[in-house]
Parts: sequence; structure tokens; C-alpha cells
Amino acid sequence: MANVTFSRKQFEKEIGKLDEKMQNKIAMFGTPLEKFDNEEMEIEVFPNRPDLLSYHGFKRAFLAFLGKQTGLKEYKLNKPEKDYVVIIDSSVKNVRPYTACAIIRGLKFDDEKIKEIVDMQEKLHLTIGRKRKKIAIGIYPLEKIKLPITFKALEPDKIKFIPLESDREMSGLQILQKHPTGKEYAHLLAGKSKFPVFTDAENNILSMPPIINSQVTGKVTGSTADVFVECSGFDFPVLNKCLNIITTNLAEMGGKIYQMELRENKTKSITPDFSPEKMKINLKNANSLLGLELNEKEVKKLLEEMGYNYNKESAEIPPWRVDILHEVDLIEDIAIAYGYEKFIPEIPEVTTVGEQDKKEIIKRKIAEILCGLNILEVSNYHLTSKAEQFRKMSMPEEGFIEVEESKTDYTILRKDLTHYLLKILSENVDSEYPQKIFELGRIFNSAKEEEHLSLAVSPANFTDTRQIVEYLSKMMNLNFQISEPDKIPPYLIDGRTAEIKLDSKAIGFLGEIHPKILKNWKIKMPVALFEINLEEIFGELE
Amino acid sequence: MASAGKVIESLSPNERKILPYLKENVEEIARNSGLDKTSVLRALEYLGNKNLITLSHSKKKIVEIGVNGALYKKKGLPERRLLNLLGEKKILKLGEAQKQSSLSDDEFKASIGALKKKALIEIKNEKISLTGSISEISKKTIEEKFIESLPADYDSLTPEQMYALKSFERRKDIIQIREEEKVIINVTKLGEEIIKSEKNIGELIESVTPQILEKESAWKGKKFRRYDVTSPLPSINGGKRHFVNQATDYARRVWTEMGFKEMSGNMLQSSFWVFDALFTAQDHPVREMQDTFFTNRKAELPSNFANAGKKLDSNERSWELDKKLVKAVKESHEKGVDGSRGWRYEWNEEEAKRLVLRTHTTCISSNTLANLDKKDIPAKFFAIGKCFRNETVDWSHGFEFNQSEGIVVAPNLSFRNLLGYLQEFFKKMGFEKIRFRPSYFPYTEPSVEIDVWHPEKKIWFELGGAGIFRPEVTIPLLGEKMTVLAWGPGFDRMIMDYYNIKDLREMYKNDISQLRKMKFWMK
Repeated sequence: MANVTFSRKQFEKEIGKLDEKMQNKIAMFGTPLEKFDNEEMEIEVFPNRPDLLSYHGFKRAFLAFLGKQTGLKEYKLNKPEKDYVVIIDSSVKNVRPYTACAIIRGLKFDDEKIKEIVDMQEKLHLTIGRKRKKIAIGIYPLEKIKLPITFKALEPDKIKFIPLESDREMSGLQILQKHPTGKEYAHLLAGKSKFPVFTDAENNILSMPPIINSQVTGKVTGSTADVFVECSGFDFPVLNKCLNIITTNLAEMGGKIYQMELRENKTKSITPDFSPEKMKINLKNANSLLGLELNEKEVKKLLEEMGYNYNKESAEIPPWRVDILHEVDLIEDIAIAYGYEKFIPEIPEVTTVGEQDKKEIIKRKIAEILCGLNILEVSNYHLTSKAEQFRKMSMPEEGFIEVEESKTDYTILRKDLTHYLLKILSENVDSEYPQKIFELGRIFNSAKEEEHLSLAVSPANFTDTRQIVEYLSKMMNLNFQISEPDKIPPYLIDGRTAEIKLDSKAIGFLGEIHPKILKNWKIKMPVALFEINLEEIFGELE
Repeated sequence: MASAGKVIESLSPNERKILPYLKENVEEIARNSGLDKTSVLRALEYLGNKNLITLSHSKKKIVEIGVNGALYKKKGLPERRLLNLLGEKKILKLGEAQKQSSLSDDEFKASIGALKKKALIEIKNEKISLTGSISEISKKTIEEKFIESLPADYDSLTPEQMYALKSFERRKDIIQIREEEKVIINVTKLGEEIIKSEKNIGELIESVTPQILEKESAWKGKKFRRYDVTSPLPSINGGKRHFVNQATDYARRVWTEMGFKEMSGNMLQSSFWVFDALFTAQDHPVREMQDTFFTNRKAELPSNFANAGKKLDSNERSWELDKKLVKAVKESHEKGVDGSRGWRYEWNEEEAKRLVLRTHTTCISSNTLANLDKKDIPAKFFAIGKCFRNETVDWSHGFEFNQSEGIVVAPNLSFRNLLGYLQEFFKKMGFEKIRFRPSYFPYTEPSVEIDVWHPEKKIWFELGGAGIFRPEVTIPLLGEKMTVLAWGPGFDRMIMDYYNIKDLREMYKNDISQLRKMKFWMK
């Protein structure tokens, strides 16, 4: 999730005093105030609202929410001037097929504004841009560029320019191999025989999206007044929305928006396009979903407070909103404008019969029986490490499920509970003995998940644990059979291990832990334990 | 203060045994009472607790004989043995002297040093000769006298003894100094009174035994020794459920009391149930490996949802139905349903097959909806279970967490109904003041975040999300438009709050001493 930081002074000057009421308002708008001090304030923006990822975008929406500037905000769009053209070459089709572009003029940049633009660009890249995979954004100083612009794909060695934060010319491949930003995003162009570039009328390379701009023609400074903006990617409607977010934000900063003509083969299109999409909103649907009794006038007012225009059961959606897919999205905005705090919670009359999962009931009964024997229940992670699951237990590394790119040492799903109980005993050698513990939990046997019970006592011998197994069996009114095993787990002592069966089906083992295993775990007391699969028991008792 | 009579009746047999000898020291009390020293000390301690005596302790150093010292006491000190040999031979080569006296190198060196210091011998040309007179050498040395006087009180050693001590301290294991605690007993006024009257009290019954119960005469009219019912005792530990399971069992009861039926399901799930069926676009960041645990396995679509260890029973969805469901989900993503615009991209079936560790229990809800028989509507379900996120572990993050899931399926439900269930549940979990604020999840609209007020810390803290399932979720799963209220707040923060646990890692630390002390979930 993305957080946006901006000046508290600016907020208080342009929006209002940040008192407790205002703090609450910000949260109730759906942008939790994460922190603030005298200088700055930071809000959290949910991924459905990239249009709030800058101060000016937030201000536009929040002023409407406060009832100060309601309805769909209009921005003047100036028609393309001469050469305000982007020629899209068919060579980009297989690399990065779409772009949406605009020119903004008359900006007065200062450090503060440049920072806001750069921050917004970065956050848009991260969120709806999907780390530049879906959308890459470029902003260029118009004074360094000769229009018209061409969007095309070139072979990597034919691309030569000085990338940002560098002082020498590099080829397309060199940028991916050597430049820090190039290395970070190289995977986005991996396997492509041609890389996309924007060039100007003098064939200067402006940028190589989605990687990097040119140091010469692609860097906005304090003296920049006019900019060329492009979004490139794979989803034209989303690119348009993204362009709308950026251009209206620049307009909020004082710029004038100019459209550009996109020429592709023989087709021409114009971007940006602010004509609002319309969506039907049915009063009855809204009231029934929210449990309210709003009239049309109220719905109109509420929608206007969320930045929409409303007319005759139809809402005009701001062209920078990316999250309105269905009427329910409008209804949620009505609810936000109404105020979540004003809804009166009410449990409906839906008569149903409650019921707990049978397995949970059986597990609870088993726990009750064992707690009655003064045994303590423990609870471990479902993930474990190979060292603890296999090496310390002398078990062969097989039949396990590994998770990909775990951020910790826990990389596989546990195959049994036994090794975790030994781990606990090894971590508690300073606690008072005897130690008696059990765990009820899920294990992962290849792709099958099973509920197991494991119990360990220290110091204890075979007899002690067998008595517990037999007690448990009797109390559950089941007929466990203790039998001589054919094969024993490598961590138990041969001759002191028994197989536990239910209806002649093997369900587990009980026995004394071999000293070599105790040594692996640095346990200095004898341990006897058992582990059984509960699935057969569930079947029997259900 | 308790009356003297009651105090006497509370004395144990051992305490009464030592009562007559309290003016003496501990060793003597032990001898006179016939008890061992430990029992005497314990009895004194108890008498102290009952205010019969006051005890003070003084430390005393005792000089004792060491291992070698004990040997020398028997066989004579090495220097004595050498001196005796010289008394006989008068003059000997050094090597001869050591050999004939059968002393070790160390002993021999020490003996030479000691005898030279007393001017009893002299050494010339590798030869050793006796210079002392017979009377001189037959006298006991101060060291010999000292060794015979041991054990001795360090503080009352004479200068001579101190001299011997210092010379022995340089030699191995002849003596050792031990610190001994001396107990000084002062009998209080109450003590004096009780000592005087103790004899008048007859025999008290120490404990009720089967023998005593055999004959009425053994107990009739007799008094029992009084216990000090307030004295501190060592604590005991019982078996109990892990505190997290106590809490989840409570939540289970809360939901069933409200008429909810429990759902369960595998922790390993196909992405289909975890993401796709919940309208989470395939390029959504949650579907990346840095957030979610993926495995290298793939599932069949859309089943593989069997409850742990068990195959789907007769309710198993037919293959045709499955195909229909997959197609409906695909369409919902690509083009949308019910007037929705959808996500507008090409949905990939292979991506949906990837097996993941569930990131939320909401996958159980999506599966339940897909299997729900229309005639069972209205229906209410809940689930409580572990979920997983690929996270590093610190005080506030872990890769496993508990979630409490719930859905209500009925026609004409509203957002206010959703808030109603949530408010009731959190009230039962102990949070009186809660607030709802807007939130976002790909699968609900409206969405809500639940904050609860922490009265001590005076902050709102976030407990998790809820909402009404989007039509893009419910229509493919249910086959028709229906409001489904859904929630899945995290559970661990409530447990941490109840037990005042500050560090998330404590939840699964399994420190046995800690678990033994852990309080019950008293709800």
C-alpha cells in the first residue's frame, strides 16, 4: 500500500485546520492519517484510488468530500497545436504497444512541486503501473525537445543516449546491464529483440520505456515551464486514466493542458480525453444495499461530494477514477459521503442453526482428556526448516512441500509434529521437569493435509506413554491396538517402539527417542512420545 | 498475635523436640534432640516464623584439614619424614635423600625449604646434612601441632597457628578454609512462655492416617496440630490448552451461538479459490512471491478443496459444473458480469492452478458459496484458521496468523446488517467501542475496516476488514445475484491485547515456564 506525505502548512492553508475533527474526517474519507507532526502529514491511499497519490489529487477529492467544491471538476482541454503529434510506429506492437500523451504549458516549477511530481510518478509506477510492467510514465522538458515525437522500437545496439544519473552515452543493452535503474527493470525487456524508445523530430532519444529517460532531454528542472507527458504500456484505457491523473494534477499546479494527436498507420486519436463515462445508478439498489432510505436529491448531493455529477439515475464518473467497475462502486462512494459513522448497525432476522465442525469438537475432546492428565498444549508454526524436520531427526529428505522464496529459514511445510515437540523440549531444558506437552495440528504429507496429535513426556519411558495412548483410546471408546512394528521411524529406539493401529490400520507410532536424536537436540533427559493421525479417528467417530 | 495456646498447637513434632534446647547451639540441639542438622535448621526457621525465636546469622571461617593434610597427619609431614631419615643417616646425597625418604619432587622441595628455614639442615656440594640437635629435631614443629589442632576457628588462631597456616597455604591441599554460617538463636517472650507451658499440652495428631481412623479412641477428644494456613507454598501446574486455542474456541462458541455453521478447508489452496474466485486480478501485487507463499505444485481446477485428509464426498462438484464455474470466473475477470466492466485482460487458467498457502480464510468462503445448495439459503457460516504471508518475522509481523471469517447469504441484506454482526462479535470479544471506516478489498464493495478503541492506550487499533461481496464474486459462485455479507478480521491482535502480549513472536514461542503461568481465557 502506498502512503503519501505532504506539507501540513499547505493543507491547513488550503483545506482546513488539522484538529481532531479533521483527523477523523480524513479517516472517514478512506485515507487513514498514518502520522503527522508540525511539518508534515502522511495518509494511506488504498490501491483502488491512484488518483489520490499526490497532494493535489487528494485535495481535489477531499474538498468535494468536505462539501466545499462538489461535483465533477472540469479542466480546460486545449486542442493540439501544430506538431503536437506522436507518431506510433508499428514496430512497438510486440514490445509495448500503446502510449497516451499530452503537453502541459505554463507551469511554474519549484523544488516542492518537482518533488510532488516525482513522488506521484513513482507511486503510480508502483501501484497501477505494477512496477512499470503495466504502465511507465515519462515527463520531459518541452524546451529541450523538437516536435513531433515518434514512439518506435529499435534494436538495442542502435539505441544510444546518456541515461539519467549518468555522464556517458550507453547502448540499450549497456543500460540494462550496467545502469542501476536499468538492472532493476531489465526483466521487463528480457527476451525482446527490439526495445521501445521515444525520439524527437531530430532523432534524439528522449527515453527508453519502461526503463529510463535521457539525461539531456528527459529531466525536468526548476526552469522548466512546459512539459511533454507520456504513459506507455499494454492497456490503453488504463494508460488514459493514468494520463488523466497526471495531467489534471499538473493543471491543479497551474498548468494548461494541451491534447496531442496520436498517429498510428492511418488512424488518428487524441489524448487526453476527459469526457466522463456514465454509469446508471438505481436509487432502489443503493438504498437496499446500504439499508438506508435516501431520496434522489440526497443521492445527488452525496455523489457530488465524491466528485461525480449526477443526473436522472446516471452518474458521470471523473475521468481519473480507475476503480468504478459496477454500480456497487458508486454505492460505496455514496456510503462514504453519507458517513460510515452514521450507519446504525442492525442484526437482521436470518434464522439459521449454529453448528461447530465435528473435527474441531473431537479435537477439543482429545485436548480435554489430555489436559486432565496434566499435559500442556503447545502450538507451533506449520512451516519448518529442513534442518529441524529432517537432519536433526535422521529422516530422509523426501515427500515434502517447499514454499518459494521464503523470507525466513522456514522453507517447507511440516511433515510431522514430533520434531516440533523435540524442538520445544530442547528450548526448555531450564524449565522444571517433568515436562509433558502435546500438540493437535495440521501436517502436510506430500500434497495431503492431515490432522495429527503428538505428545511428548520427559523424563519418561515407553510404558509411560503407552499408558497415555491406552487411556486416550479407552476414553474415546475406540479400540487402539498396540502392535510390533514392521519398520520404525529412525528417531525411535528399536525394541522400544510400537505401532498404533485402529481397525488394523496403522495410525501412528509410540516409543522412546534414541539418544543420538536427543544429542542432536541437546536434550539431556530421556523422552518418550507418540504421534497419531487423527483422520481415521474422525472417520470412526463422525 | 496469635495466642500462646494456638501457637503451641501449631508446632510440628520436630519443633517441639527442639524446644527444650533453644539456649544451645545448633550442633548441640541436633545432638540432644536426636534430629539431623538440616531438620533442626528447618524447625528453627519455622519457630522463627511463629515468633518464638529470632534468628540471626553470623559467618565464621573454619580451617579444616585437606586431602594431603589428612594423609600427612597419619604418615607425618614430608619434612618430618626427611628429618627422621637424616636423624639416622646424618648426611646424604640429595638424590639419595629423596629416594630413601620416598617423597615426590614437590614434597621433597617443600621439605628442604621448611627444614632450611628452621636451620635444621644445610646443603653443601649436592649433599644434605643434619645440623640440628636430637632434642631440636624430636620436638613437634608448629606445623605439626597446627595440623593436629584442626579443625579450628580462623578468627581465634594464635600468631603461631597463623604462621603455620600461611606456610601450609602455599602447599597443595594440606588445609582448606571453609565459610560456615553460624546461627544465633534468641528466644522471644512468647517463646519463653511457650517453652514453659509446652509440656502441659498433650500429644497432638500430626496427620489423619488410615491407622488413626481404625480406632475411634485414636482421635476422639484429641487435638490436631494446627497448620499455618497462610504460609507460602511452592506452586503447582496443571495441564491446559494453548492460550491461542482457548481464544479460538471461544470465538467458535460466539459464532455458533449466533447461528453460524463452521466451515473448514485445506491450508494449501489453488490460486483459483484464494484469488480468482474472489475477483483478484491476476496481476494484483498480492499474487507475487514477495507477499504470498507459492509452492511449485499445481492443482486441478477448481477442486482440490477437500477437507484435511479426506476426499470430497457425495457433495463433490461434477466436472461439468466445475468447468462452468471456471468459465464464469474467467468471464467475470475479462468482461465483467451484471453490467460490471471487469478487469479487461486475458485470464490465464494456468495461473489459477498455482498452489499457494492460503493468504486468507476467505478462500473457504468462496468455496462454500460455490458448493451451496440453493435450498439451504438463507445460510450463515464461519471459519477460524491459520493464514500465511511471506513476511520476515519481527515483533509485529509473522508469516502465520489467525483469521476469523464469516459470511451471511440471504436475499436483501444490507451494509447496516454487516455492521450489526460485526458490532455484536467484537462486543463479545470484549470491545465495547468500535468504529467502521472505509477500506478497500478487490472482492467487496462497500468495504469496511474495523477499528476498536483501546481504553488504556487511548488509541484506535485496526482489527481487519469486511464488506459485501461484489456481484463479480457472487454471480459466478452462486449463479445468481445475492447479497453476501463477508468479514475476515485478524484474530491475533485480540489475543495479544487480552494477554497483554507486546511481541507477536511470543504467541508461538512455547516457553514451557511461560505457558504454565499463562492465565485462562476467562470468557
